Amino acid sequence: MATEKLTLEALELKANDIRQDIIRMLEHAGSGHSAGPLGLADIFTALYFDVLKHDPKKPDWDMRDLVILSNGHCVPVQYATMAHAGYFDKKELLTLRKFGSRLQGHPERIKLPGLETTSGPLGCGLSQAAGMALAMRMDQVFHRWIYVVMGDGEQDEGNVWEAAMLAAKYKLNNIIAITDRNNIQIDGPTEQVMPLEDLKAKWESFGWHVMTIDGNNMETIIDTLAMARAIVDKPVMIIAYTIPGKGVGYMEYDYHWHGAPPGIQDVPGDPPKADQAKIALHELRTLRGKIRGEHE
Amino acid sequence: MNKNLLHLAKDVTSDNVLKEPTRKGFGRGLLEAGKRDANVVAACADLTDSTQIGLFAKEFPSRFIQIGIAEQNLVTVGAGLAAMGKIPFVSSYAAFSPGRNWEQIRTTICLNERPVRIVGSHAGLYTGADGATHQMLEDIALMRVLPHMVVVVPGDSLEAERATLALAADSRPAYLRLAREATPVLTTEKTPFEIGKAYVYEPGEDLTIISTGTMTSVALKAAERLFKEGISAEVIHVPTIKPLDTTTILHSVEKTKAVLTIEEGQIAGGLGGAVAELLGEELPVPMKRLGVQDVFGQSGKPDELLEHYGLTDKHLMLAAIELMTRKGK
Repeated sequence: MATEKLTLEALELKANDIRQDIIRMLEHAGSGHSAGPLGLADIFTALYFDVLKHDPKKPDWDMRDLVILSNGHCVPVQYATMAHAGYFDKKELLTLRKFGSRLQGHPERIKLPGLETTSGPLGCGLSQAAGMALAMRMDQVFHRWIYVVMGDGEQDEGNVWEAAMLAAKYKLNNIIAITDRNNIQIDGPTEQVMPLEDLKAKWESFGWHVMTIDGNNMETIIDTLAMARAIVDKPVMIIAYTIPGKGVGYMEYDYHWHGAPPGIQDVPGDPPKADQAKIALHELRTLRGKIRGEHE
Repeated sequence: MNKNLLHLAKDVTSDNVLKEPTRKGFGRGLLEAGKRDANVVAACADLTDSTQIGLFAKEFPSRFIQIGIAEQNLVTVGAGLAAMGKIPFVSSYAAFSPGRNWEQIRTTICLNERPVRIVGSHAGLYTGADGATHQMLEDIALMRVLPHMVVVVPGDSLEAERATLALAADSRPAYLRLAREATPVLTTEKTPFEIGKAYVYEPGEDLTIISTGTMTSVALKAAERLFKEGISAEVIHVPTIKPLDTTTILHSVEKTKAVLTIEEGQIAGGLGGAVAELLGEELPVPMKRLGVQDVFGQSGKPDELLEHYGLTDKHLMLAAIELMTRKGK
């Protein structure tokens, strides 16, 4: 059934491997989003290698937990994690965004088994999760969890708050939403483009149980998700503070890397485009020089 | 196929014909669909009574979801319900759903291949006094362009009832267009309905009138008046705009070589658009599209509006006579 549990250290190394694959995929694709997927690698690793009840060999298993990626542009992290978990061969990762690929630029359920929905246009993952949770309740199905990964910029969308009200109204406690709070969106810092704060207070006032965490700390992520499953009277929102571009120094905290892959454009202050992927991979392999990369 | 085989109602062109809104038929049909299949579920955006989904909600409260005034949520919750094997019907006014939530329908229902049945009530000019904001005229065009989407516009309340049952048994995303006002009941319990089929309600030789929804009763009246003028009009009722029954339409037009379309919506992209696309490629013949001509509606009584926007049997008759002249050249 589920993938064998890994130690905390092994999970952290797995997240690092996944980040390297994200860089390789994006460089090869020549387009796509870098910062978000790198920032989300720890959360996706925790989900697929520790938290989820799932079977990569039986993606339609009818008791599986569901992962809804609402911010579809971050799908490289989901593809990479799914490949590592055994949903498909890692070689396929390099087909990202290519003609005929199952790994579409934004996720399409019909194309790739294991995806629960089709997304990209923002703001409608949570409401689909609400529909799923309502259907489970009608069928008296319990103990199936729906993890909804959302962007922070995405919460500019009205549909998010329509769903927030509905999930609270029906007390859909098997929904655990995770906001990737990396403070950037395409046009700049979220608080400049459209201020979201006080985000915790917003969700609380909508009737949700809210927790804020370091979204790049593996142990914290796993512990928090366990706590979230223990909340029975409300849907849960985990505001996970992540570092956009996590693990690649020149990308971290820089909104210019929200919508760009390495190797396409020269960004002032960053490495020249020809070296961007190489440097990113080197940094990830060596954990920023803390260790010597095995292939160096 | 003709009137008798289709078991149409008698005297459908008389003033005494029984009238009922199509939305009533939907309400009954959904209730019946709910009894037949426990997976049928419903959601509504604060218009439970007026969209007639309330009949189902009352009978099956645990299978009904009150969404509130949130149409984007309405259809995406529908997509989630369908994902878990439910057969969701989601209703609002057509102006709001699919008027407001088109992208959600495109991505989470059509591209995602989730069979949500979107029910748009109060479509067309028959919405009357509420005015242009609520008289949805562009919905057929909006839904028709979406891959995988089925578009059904019933001609009367009984057909709406049958269409609802047929859509519950179908596995594709669908749009069901309904009207507010009572309109003539043209069919009977025995009249057939199949998704994707058009029906020849009146056989004729000289021209083909293709109608949908509430305009089919107008087309039948016009055919009767044309007959008195010595013009034999074939009336094809097209309750499914997509997929279009091209066979029935082409078969008729090969014979008559002239076509009028009439619908209670914009002529661009609607039934007239669909027929023009078909005939433009397959069988170009003199043609005229009746409908709303690239303008918005306004407040008024339905009869006043239909007269103003040129959607009466008189307008259809005049258009037919003009078309016969063009065909004669």
